[in-house]
Amino acid sequence: MSKQPQGGSSEGPTFEPQPRGARSRGDKPIDQAEAAERFLAAPRHQQQHDTRLWTLRQRRDDQMWAMPEWEEMRSLASAIKEHTLCHLDAYLEMFEANAKANGVVVHWARDAAEHNSIVLEVLQRRGARTLIKSKSMLTEECGLRADLAKAGVEVIETDLGERIQQLDDEDPSHVVVPAVHKLRSDVAKVFAATIGSDPENDDPPYLAGAQRDATRPLILNAEAGMTGANFLVAETGAVVVCTNEGNADLCANVPDLHIVSVGIEKLVPRSKDLAIFVRMLSRSALGSPITQYTSHFRGPRQGGEMHVVLVDNGRSERLGMPEFWTSLKCIRCGACMNTCPVYRRSGGLSYGATYSGPIGLIIDPTFNARKYSNLPFASTLNGSCTNVCPVKINIHEQIYAWRNVLVQQHETPFVKRAAMKAAGALFARPALYRAAIERTNDALASLPRFAIYNGLNAWGKNREMPHPPAETFHQWYARNRGAKP
Amino acid sequence: MSSRDAILASIRANLPKLDRPLPALPVFDDAAPADLTEAFGKALTRMGGRLIAPDPPSDAATAIRALLQSSRLVCSAAPEVRGEFDLATAGDPRVLADVDHAVARASCGVAETGSVLLTDQDLKVNALAYLAQHLIVLLDPADIVVNIHSAYARPEFRERRYAVFHSGPSATADIEGVLILGAQGVRSLSVLLVPRNSGKLDQVLGDPPV
Repeated sequence: MSKQPQGGSSEGPTFEPQPRGARSRGDKPIDQAEAAERFLAAPRHQQQHDTRLWTLRQRRDDQMWAMPEWEEMRSLASAIKEHTLCHLDAYLEMFEANAKANGVVVHWARDAAEHNSIVLEVLQRRGARTLIKSKSMLTEECGLRADLAKAGVEVIETDLGERIQQLDDEDPSHVVVPAVHKLRSDVAKVFAATIGSDPENDDPPYLAGAQRDATRPLILNAEAGMTGANFLVAETGAVVVCTNEGNADLCANVPDLHIVSVGIEKLVPRSKDLAIFVRMLSRSALGSPITQYTSHFRGPRQGGEMHVVLVDNGRSERLGMPEFWTSLKCIRCGACMNTCPVYRRSGGLSYGATYSGPIGLIIDPTFNARKYSNLPFASTLNGSCTNVCPVKINIHEQIYAWRNVLVQQHETPFVKRAAMKAAGALFARPALYRAAIERTNDALASLPRFAIYNGLNAWGKNREMPHPPAETFHQWYARNRGAKP
Repeated sequence: MSSRDAILASIRANLPKLDRPLPALPVFDDAAPADLTEAFGKALTRMGGRLIAPDPPSDAATAIRALLQSSRLVCSAAPEVRGEFDLATAGDPRVLADVDHAVARASCGVAETGSVLLTDQDLKVNALAYLAQHLIVLLDPADIVVNIHSAYARPEFRERRYAVFHSGPSATADIEGVLILGAQGVRSLSVLLVPRNSGKLDQVLGDPPV
């Protein structure tokens, strides 16, 4: 075998190291653009990422076209979610009562710290020191692994992508495919250093097999298991988990103790409502008609224990934000990320937040308006995210609304404020605006490249500027119609 | 105030004052395929599963023998097939770690997605369907429903503690989108069309443990 990792997109004369994510310094605003530039500077990573996610988007479209009722389903999904959110207190109480009647212990956590301490307490009461886990964005949001590690509990992620990220000490970069920003050569490097796989072999089936074999004994020996939840059903008390790898069902069904972490917004009223969401979730996420496993847990197994931790962590407060409450409809399919040109070219880790891509732009500032103040600007506002969203969240409008909020709260950098002020003055004076457009078109047509493609023009980075038209619309109108514009 | 009461109070203080009625749901079965079994098979194949339709149907015993002939350890939760484990006494699911082939009968199948519905009653030990290397599911063609909407009308979702749609074997595409069947769970899923009450399909290889 050659010295270089084998196969696919990592083939070539030089090994391309994986670009790392945004630098996080306390509450200081994340510089998404800086991290995105480093991602763009790694062409193999960038291209694989872009192609992979666009493939998912195309598969989603194939599924959508094959389903004549798609738009009706989206409207129903949105209506069910909005109804549930407008009656969230009543449905939570209904869920709690039914889950309790089924033998489930229900806990309530106001914030991340309380969630983590509840989980720790449940583990300690049973003396559990090892926890196998399936993927859960909520536990990422709560920083559960770090807190449990401090208390001496070993946490093992069992989803392949999530395990890669855990072993590489990196956050997931996507809500559905956590390691989508990595090349096979990156995975080979991580696994060689952590689970002892052959560093020379980066064949994906080999790597997946190595992880399966290394994880199986950990699953068999674990003292507790944890899953997230995609949905909670109020009328039956069911916890619904949608996965492909079978790991969530191992986590829930092998150890005697099953803990579920779930956000309070994941409720639906009735079992039959699930059909709408289950039919759209994986079609939107991966372009497959359904996940390999759609699991419904209503109560503990014989002799087992099942706990559900209902987590608020800012959600109830978001419910009261007239412009942003519908972001709580999100079912975490990731379709908005897959379609977003900014996300596809900058990688999820460039956002420096638990939730990246378009949905992240409108959720993250609710957690920390200062730290994530730049994120709503990482968008072209093209609206594609809104068009693919299966629950009809007006994502691009909320991104725009967040910009307004953050500017009013002075959470935007001076350069951006100054530029916006100048643009505002221009847009307020039509004659001045038209003159400026004419001059810009002339300038774009005649200026040398270095004057257009430089550090001051963000729109000229990594892309060609459009060809300016020969005349503006107003010039054309004056010439052809002759009337006063 | 308890966290429960604090969260509910915060929700009540923030509830949008909007009229959002719960919609009535259609079941979208107007364009149901004429042959549900055929549609089921096609959908299952797309998900990476395999449909086995014994011909004539009475040849199910031959079909299952063929599936299990190289198996080192068979464990069956289906009444029609005798395995080498008595699941009724398997208290700890970990004893199933070395099972090659698991067999269970599905509560129903779903033509739209090629899914089979398995419950705690069907599996006896839930982990059986994940710890085994391969899963064989017996399905009565009469138990195939049109789509996911029709499936959710079934009683299992109100009555069983555990109910799961299996749509193909466990799978991952987490490394560069390369599809790999056999992620953390079973490496293959075979669905064998066998009507209920077909009697015993006895096939056991090797001796039952003493």
